[in-house]
Order: sequence, then structure tokens, then C-alpha cells
Amino acid sequence: MSLGIGAAAGTALSPLPWKLTDDLSIWTQMWPWTPVPQDGEVNYVNSVSTLCSGGCGISVRKVDNRAVKIEGMKGYPGSDGKACVHCLSGLQALYGPTAIASPLKRAGERGEGKWRKISWDAAVSEIAAKLGDLREKGRPETLACITGSDRGTVPELFKRFLKAYGSPNFMRAPSFEDTYEVVLRLMQGVDASIGFDLENADYLLSFGSGILDGWGSSVRLFKARTAWKDNKAVVVQVEPRLSNSAAGADRWIPIEVGTEGILALGIAHVIIKENLYKKDFVDKYGFGFEDWVGTDGKKHDGFKTVVLKHYTPNAVAGITRVDPDVVIETARAFAKAKSPLAICGRGRGDTPGPLHEFMAVHALNALVGGIHRKGGVWAVPLPDYVNWPEPKLDGTAEKGLAALRIDGAGTDRYPLARYLPTRLAEVVNTAQDTPVEVLLVSGANPCYTLPDTQAVKAAFSRIPFIVSFASNMDDTAMMADLILPNHGHLERYEDVPAPAGMNTPMIGLCRPVVAPRRDTRHTGDVLLMLAKSLGGAVADAFPWESYQACLEQTLGKNWQPLLDSGFIRNTAYRPPAWPDAFRTPSGKFAFMSEACAHDDKGGPAVVIEGKPEEYPLTLIPYDSIRLAAGPAVTAPFALKTVDDTVLKGTDIFVEVNTKTGGKCGLEEGVFAHLSTPKGTVKVRVHLSDGIIPGVVAMPRGLGHAEFDEYVGGKGINVNELIGPAEDPVTGLNAAWGIRANLTIA
Amino acid sequence: MSALEEKAKAVSDGGGFALLFFIVGLVASLIVGWVIFPKLLYSQKRQPFDFNHKLHNELVDEGCESCHFFREDGSYAGVPKLAQCIDCHESVQGETEDEAVFVNEYVVPGREVPWRVYSRQPDCVFFSHAAHVKSAGMDCQTCHGDIGNSTTLKVYEENRITGYSRDIWGKNIAGFKTNTWDRMKMDDCSECHVKLGVEQNSVQTGKGACFVCHK
Repeated sequence: MSLGIGAAAGTALSPLPWKLTDDLSIWTQMWPWTPVPQDGEVNYVNSVSTLCSGGCGISVRKVDNRAVKIEGMKGYPGSDGKACVHCLSGLQALYGPTAIASPLKRAGERGEGKWRKISWDAAVSEIAAKLGDLREKGRPETLACITGSDRGTVPELFKRFLKAYGSPNFMRAPSFEDTYEVVLRLMQGVDASIGFDLENADYLLSFGSGILDGWGSSVRLFKARTAWKDNKAVVVQVEPRLSNSAAGADRWIPIEVGTEGILALGIAHVIIKENLYKKDFVDKYGFGFEDWVGTDGKKHDGFKTVVLKHYTPNAVAGITRVDPDVVIETARAFAKAKSPLAICGRGRGDTPGPLHEFMAVHALNALVGGIHRKGGVWAVPLPDYVNWPEPKLDGTAEKGLAALRIDGAGTDRYPLARYLPTRLAEVVNTAQDTPVEVLLVSGANPCYTLPDTQAVKAAFSRIPFIVSFASNMDDTAMMADLILPNHGHLERYEDVPAPAGMNTPMIGLCRPVVAPRRDTRHTGDVLLMLAKSLGGAVADAFPWESYQACLEQTLGKNWQPLLDSGFIRNTAYRPPAWPDAFRTPSGKFAFMSEACAHDDKGGPAVVIEGKPEEYPLTLIPYDSIRLAAGPAVTAPFALKTVDDTVLKGTDIFVEVNTKTGGKCGLEEGVFAHLSTPKGTVKVRVHLSDGIIPGVVAMPRGLGHAEFDEYVGGKGINVNELIGPAEDPVTGLNAAWGIRANLTIA
Repeated sequence: MSALEEKAKAVSDGGGFALLFFIVGLVASLIVGWVIFPKLLYSQKRQPFDFNHKLHNELVDEGCESCHFFREDGSYAGVPKLAQCIDCHESVQGETEDEAVFVNEYVVPGREVPWRVYSRQPDCVFFSHAAHVKSAGMDCQTCHGDIGNSTTLKVYEENRITGYSRDIWGKNIAGFKTNTWDRMKMDDCSECHVKLGVEQNSVQTGKGACFVCHK
């Protein structure tokens, strides 16, 4: 015992206990297994994020060579110092588990997620052999391609590849720009993209556009909102649901689903009837306002006649459920504003929408002289910096290009549409032999974003060979036979043309922030490799050594300014004045077009799927800024910001009016079966007074394939429940919803 | 001898043994605590190769800051990166074995030298060189000693429990110091801060006490 006491006394008189205590406290505060970020020199690289369709300008903070944080790039057109939640979360695409590490060949069933790593040479040889074989068989037109955009050098390389190869089947993922392009062609006679001078508008009338929910360039819209508040501009949001956009507006006009175009014509009625329209524009530069004679010699009712005859406030109220006084009041306020602006394209603008709705809204802008005016709508020239000489075609290519497009775009049936990827599933599924032998997918996620997902997947399963160029695993890559991963969005060069709705021509530069971390290759380089492997005229069409060389040569004198400032923009651009603005046959703004002339009502209605007696409710998708629903998948960070009345665990909530829910015997949070003609799913119910009765609203952007544990498999993809509804004139998808039923589970 | 006396003697003998054992225990544990424990606690590690601060110091114009400089944003660069050394050491200089190791193993393959940093504080400590050197005008020696005149790098003693250098606690295992640079513990920081009447609140957060250094 005395030995012990002595030892204790000795230990107490030695530094051992005090030093051990100190060390243990340090150890427990800094567990050695906790990763500690390395210190280093902080530097920033400016780039453009391609994760959102708005293309946020980003400034990436690096510590030595590691990217550690994404911030907004000051001065970038539109986003100017800010960035959306998806672009801010972009590091998760770089470092996360969905980043594809090398070329992958499918090892299991399609969608099973079993892959085998292969080398780049083997992958490119495999595709080249397949494509060479198809050309030898004289069937080059069976090669198809879907990309996220048709602008910029990478989509142009795809277009060129298909052309030199001999296929007319290049498709662009759908968006509201599809319909606006047709509108500009029909009403203004120009091939242009739509631009809105949002910041200078003093009365914004939004027909369902999610101005605070991701429409157009989302950050630009948030900044424009500040400008509207400063300028005391009025924002009116027309839509069936109290979205964030509606909640943030000065006035929300709840409306019956799918009748926004009717309300636009009702407003036009009041403006015309009360002589509030701008006669200096309409009389001198308008065509089809008064009754008119077509090229066939037939007399047609003019816009004025049609609108005055069919769209009285009372008639409109009957269809739209908007009080006639509200129609009149809105029309007067809109017409009397100094710079009124009407916009459309529902939600985020990921679906094209009905032509007549867009034409009605565009006509409304024309009535108040808002075309090519400060605070109005501008037709912005398409990017023209990709000026490559036309490729020389060989006989096989010429024969292939003479074939009709698989999706029917540009054919006699759908002369107005340029791309109809929503028709692809039906065409492939109903054909005896698949019309697509090889499908290339780049910058798009059709197996997720196209309506009627089941049909799309069925069509994909009939396509013998699918190649995905995704950098991160997505629903379409899961269905591919071969994945040729592109460098990530922080690892590559790419030109990013103006986003939707931008009213000044511009190009942004996506540039490598870090060196590629995995065995990936730039899609542009892979296309050059493929072309070289095919040889002959296809190889000759691609004279560049590398994509980088192609990009630099294409941009020419613009390359250095782009490198220096991260973007180039023509701030001096002003749209042509009215006398020179219109290239229609009449040389004027066409209120009515022969392409869809009629002497009855406002136009052939778009009919959504489902019988009302079987499906008493209507299901509509809704967008939120927090959920990506385009080609990029929502980042885990962004998903964490979603309310638990939208997603809880893996359960998705649908929003239903409190009264409708009561009638169906549904209470807050209960499970219910949601049925549409496309299928039945189990959902949870969120009751709300902020949605019109009879409607079920489901968030877009959830329900991805289970390619990771953070985002995949959570909720349901609303596209599984909604099929396309073809616009009778354009053939574009005009579905705003589908008939549905909701019963307690 | 009476029974009582016998008992008293036995107790006295027993007390002697007890004292002996007490002393044995005391001495043994003192030896363990003062001599063996420090040897067990620290592992001896060598730097990748030796470095002569004195030699380099004589060749540069701006003293320590020539290599251990502040970046443009005011942050402190710390141990130089390979890129700085490469200017002179692209090929082997002189004839020392260490120089050959440096050039062949690090410069040629482009690998950063994994220096062991004697003064690296635990990760929970926020320390700004700029605040001390630029604002307060302190010299490097106050905390780091006269390392600029050293001709060789000492053995790096790594604490087996915490993984940090012995220089933080100080060479003296009892924690006594003679010079300001002998120790770099929290008490040493606060001793100076109290003595000089340094602002006791964090500049960034406005909070006092712990939050000055532990953000």
C-alpha cells in the first residue's frame, strides 16, 4: 500500500498527469480521423456554371489547387455577383459520388446501374464501329441526338457531326423558348430568341411564369425584382397556385388551370374596347388587327373582331374563374402603365406550352406598343459566332439527310417546329422496327425531363445503342449502353450563349477551375475522335486538332476578351425600330397568322389527357427555385432546403385546396393514391388555401433514379404521371397538366 | 522485553518498511514521470532532408520575410512551396547530400516537400501572423526563436497522442520556460496579451475570451 501511495505521490509530483490531461483534451478536440482542410494560397477563378439553364456567372474560391467554395461573379450579365442554389452547390457535382470516373460500359440490365470500366480507345472504337456499320448499311438517318441546347460550339459540333454523318435527327430538349421561337417567326417573321427588358418594365403581367421560381435566368429575375421594388413597378402573377412568385407579387390572380391565354385575350378585349391600345403601333405596324385577306383570297376575322366577339370579361370569367372586374381592372392598369410587359411560359419554363396562349400574350405586348421598346419584348438575334464552312457531304450523308425527321419536326404535319423530342417516345414505341439505332445524349436528361417517363423509358429500351456524355450520373445515363463522361462543369472550357429571355447578345465562358479529377474527356474532343475514326467526309468535316483549338478559332478575336473578363456582351444592342423590325409577308407585326388562321374562337384548344368523370381533379406540376428539374440533378445541399411539406424522407407531398381535400376525406399529411391515365402513385397530402379547388399540384424535380443515396429515389417524378398534349398547330408539348384522382390510401 | 515493547518494535520495523516502499514508489514514479514518460510520449522524426536557415538568410535581402512572406491578401504563406525554391534549385547547388535529395526527390518530380512544422498549432486555434507581425510589429524571434541563424534542422518530436510538435508544449516537460519562444501554449499567448493590454475581444466576432483565438 505504501508503495502505491509513494507511486501516487511521485506521479502527482511529476508532469505526467498534467501533461496527459492536456494531450488528451487536445486529442479529443481534434480527433485525428476528422479531415482538416489543407491551408494554402487563396485564389479565385471566374467561370460560368452550366448547372442551371440561367447560366450563373460564378467565382470559385480555391485554396491552392482545390476548389472550396462557389460564389457569384461580380459584373456577370444577369446574375451579377449572385448565383442560384444549384450553381452555388456545384462543388457537390465535382466531388460527389455521382461524378463519373471513367468510360463505362453497361454490364447489367438497362437502368440496373451495373457498369464495367473500359478505356477511351475501346469506347470510341465501339461507337465508331457501330456508326460505320450503319453508314455501310445505308441507314445513317437512324442516328439521333438529343442535347440540352442547340447553341454554342458543343451543340454545333453535334449538329455538324450528324449532318456530315447523314442524319437529320438532331433534337434539342424542350423549353418555353420552342414556342416563343415559333411566335417570333409567325408574328414578327424573324428567327430570333425572345428577350425581355425586365428591369425597365413598370408593370409586369406574368401568365404563370415562375419569376421567383427559376424562370429564365433565375438570379436575373431576383435582381429585377429589386429593381421593380425600387421603381415602384407593379407585378401581377396569374396562376392557379400561390407559388413563391405569386406570393412575392403585388397581386396574385388565381385562375383555372390552362386558361391563361384566355385571360390574356380577355384583357386584350378590354384594351381594344376602351381604346387603350397604342394606335401608333397597331395602325401603322400591325397586320391582322382588322379583318384581313389571306394569300388564298379568303377573308379572315381580324384580331379585333375575334377578341371583341368572343372574349368579353364575362365570357372570360366563365372559363378562367377570374372575376370580370379583375379582368377590366388589370387591362386598364396594364394599358395605362408606361412600360407594361406581359410574359408567359409556365413555372421554370421547361415545357413549351400552347402556341395560342403565347401568341395571345405576345399580342398583348403589341397592343401596348411593347415590341422592341424599353421595358418590353425584344427579338434578339441568334448567336452568329459559329461560322464554320458547310461540311462537304458524301453520297451516304446526302441520302440520309433527305429522310424525314423521326420526330416529324419540319414535315408537312409539323412545319413550324424545329425539334419535337416529346414525340420521340411515341414514334419509337409504335414503329415496327425502331427508327433509331444509335442515340447520343449530351447535356440533357430526357429519361427524366420528357413527359410520360414510362413511355420514354420503353422507347429507350427499344433503341439498340444509347451513348450518354454525362459528367454526373443521371436518369438517362442509367439507361445508356455506354457512358463517355465529359469533364465536369468546373473542369472544362465551353462557350455559354445568352440564357433564355436575355435581351442583350452575349457569350459567357465556362472554363476549367481545376484540372480534370477523373478519367474524363471533353465531349468536343470525343466527337473529333469519333469523326476521325469514321474517316472520309465525316473526318474532313472536323479539321480541328482539339476542341480547345476549335473553340479558340471559332471565337477568333472574341477569345481573348472572353478569357480576360469571362464574358462578352453587346451592351449597345438595341432592337431594330418598328419600320425595320418585322420580316413577315406583310412587313408588319402579325396579330393573326395564316399558319393558324381560323374564323372561330381564339384557336383550337389544347386538350389534356383524361376523362373528367373518371378523374375529377387536375394534376399540375409546379416548380420551385430549390429543385432543379432540367438536365442537372438537384444537389444534396439544395435538396436540404426543401420544406417538409414538399418532401419528407422519401415521401412526396402534393398540394390540394383545403376544401377539395375535405371533400375527398383527406387530412393534412395523410397518404393518398394519386391516379392519372398514366399511372397511380402513393403520395402524402398537404392541404393549402393557396391553390384553387379541384387541382392537385406536385413538385417537379424529385423522384430521380437511385444513382446515389442523397437525391436518387426521393419522391416521385411528376413526368411519370403526365403525358404530352400536342399543340394542334406546332406539335410541341402544350400539356399544363392531366386529369387526376386522389383517394385516401 | 514486555509484550507491549515487542509490539512497539514490530510497529517501528513495519513503519520503516512502509517508508521504504513509499520512497521506492515515489522515486520510481518520479523517474517514470520525469524521464521515461517524455521519451515514450514523443516519437523522434527527421525532416525529409536538412536545411540551413543561416546560409539562406545570408543570401536574401528581406530576412525571414524573403521566404516566409505575406501574400497579397494579407494571409501568411508559411513554409515556402516548391515553386519558390525552384528558382535557384532547378539543378543541384553545392555538394551536400541534402541538396541532392531535395533536387532529385522533390524538384525533379515536382513534389512538394512534406516539411514537419515545429510551430503548427492545433486546428482549433485561429492565429493571424498579420495581426502580430504587421499590426503589432512583433519580430519572428519572439515566438520562433533565432531559427534564422540555425545551420541545421533539429529532430521533430511528434506527440504520439495529439500528433502535434513538442515545441508547442516546450522542451521542458514541466512546462517551465526561460525564453518567450520556449513554449507556444494558450497560457503563453494570454500572458503576453494580458501584459501588453491587447484588445480582449475578437476583432471579427466582437466576442471576448475564448473566441479571440477559438472561432
